[in-house]
Amino acid sequence: MSVIELKHVRKSFGTHEVISDVSFSVEPGEVVCIIGPSGSGKSTLLRCINGLETYQGGEIIVHGESVDATKPSIRHIRTRVSMVFQRFNLFPHRTALENVAEGPIYVKKERRAEVLARSRELLARVGLGAKMDAYPPQLSGGQQQRVAIARALGMNPDAILFDEPTSALDPELVGEVLSVMRSLADEGMTMVVVTHEMGFAREVADRVLFLDGGVLVEQGTPAEVLGRPQNARTQDFLRRVLPA
Amino acid sequence: MEKFFSQSQEYLPFLLQGVSYTILVMMCAFALATGLGLILAFMRVSGIVPLAWVARTVIVVVRGIPGLVTLYYIYFVFPDFGVALTAVQAAIIGLGIAYSPYMAEVFRAGIEAIDRGQTEAALSIGMHWGLVMRRVVLPQAVRVALPPYGSTMVMLLKDSSLASTITVAELSLQGKLLASSTFENTTVFTLVALIYLAMSLPLTAFNAWLERKLRRS
Repeated sequence: MSVIELKHVRKSFGTHEVISDVSFSVEPGEVVCIIGPSGSGKSTLLRCINGLETYQGGEIIVHGESVDATKPSIRHIRTRVSMVFQRFNLFPHRTALENVAEGPIYVKKERRAEVLARSRELLARVGLGAKMDAYPPQLSGGQQQRVAIARALGMNPDAILFDEPTSALDPELVGEVLSVMRSLADEGMTMVVVTHEMGFAREVADRVLFLDGGVLVEQGTPAEVLGRPQNARTQDFLRRVLPA
Repeated sequence: MEKFFSQSQEYLPFLLQGVSYTILVMMCAFALATGLGLILAFMRVSGIVPLAWVARTVIVVVRGIPGLVTLYYIYFVFPDFGVALTAVQAAIIGLGIAYSPYMAEVFRAGIEAIDRGQTEAALSIGMHWGLVMRRVVLPQAVRVALPPYGSTMVMLLKDSSLASTITVAELSLQGKLLASSTFENTTVFTLVALIYLAMSLPLTAFNAWLERKLRRS
């Protein structure tokens, strides 16, 4: 069964349609990168999957459950599909460790001691074993984003959604975040990544989706979409973002 | 000056009787205004349209009526409808209601100052609305709301003098009675002013201490 399945999804803000008839599915262990020009609806599409946005047509299904942001069932879906945000959105009044432990303790009601032990392991795994008691404002952007990834992992999710995870980072900090994401992919985590990092998409993605004007224009392996794009819009976009 | 001190010794006990009522009215009205203000603020940010509308209407109406008139209304008009309250009860309820819109707006400003991304992050780990508020938004909103909350507290302390108009023998009324019977206006009202100031200083200090403490954590 697919972890995530989108069937003819539509979304509009007022009369302006931002997502038009998008269908795709994400299989267990798959890494799907969504690329496209800004304003193409990539982030909106991602936010629809865990109900941070509502959609007007079609259906999104996560592990057999239909996503409806207005129903209480959305909370259960959110515990299974974690999200990593462009601007990290860590809780500034809690330490790195508390940020990671928050969901498992207060939402999933797991035992505190076990959660804390696991959270420490997760922080060590993203290279922040020495920063457990630091508050987010004391950390660099790259460190904050790695805490955010640990927070997402702390929920033991079936999949993680990444919304332009490196776009708010200084260039020299991008690498440390991408390498954590790469190791997650290697361990078989199911990931949907909205990104402008074409190198990451090429090397890590199993499948690349090109979205333009809310339309899923082209999809395939990185070699297909990034190497031999068939559609003129994809070709045009790649010409502008890839170094010649 | 010598005269001021000798008269003060004579007048202070009488004025301090009023202080106990001032503190009683202020504390109780403050607690009531805080409670009502929290409810109104939560209704406004709940995202539930009818609730937000009711809260907004209550805020506009109550804020548009002078506190003095609210007190008169509760003390003099409610008995016509069979609700007879003592002067102190009416003062507490009236001031509590009159101040609730200011409290509500202080809390709402604090809540709305918190970045939308915080709420989204909290929702994205499966929190329900109450948990988002309790664990993520309110602890941060408190820091934003504390300075205006402290000012409102001092304002309420001073406006507790309105209770004198419905016969509560609090500090300002005791002062007025004393002045009209002794004609020592200067001494009496200087003392009254100093006592109000003396009561407001600990409130200000407590607030400053709380702000420092929250900033550190």
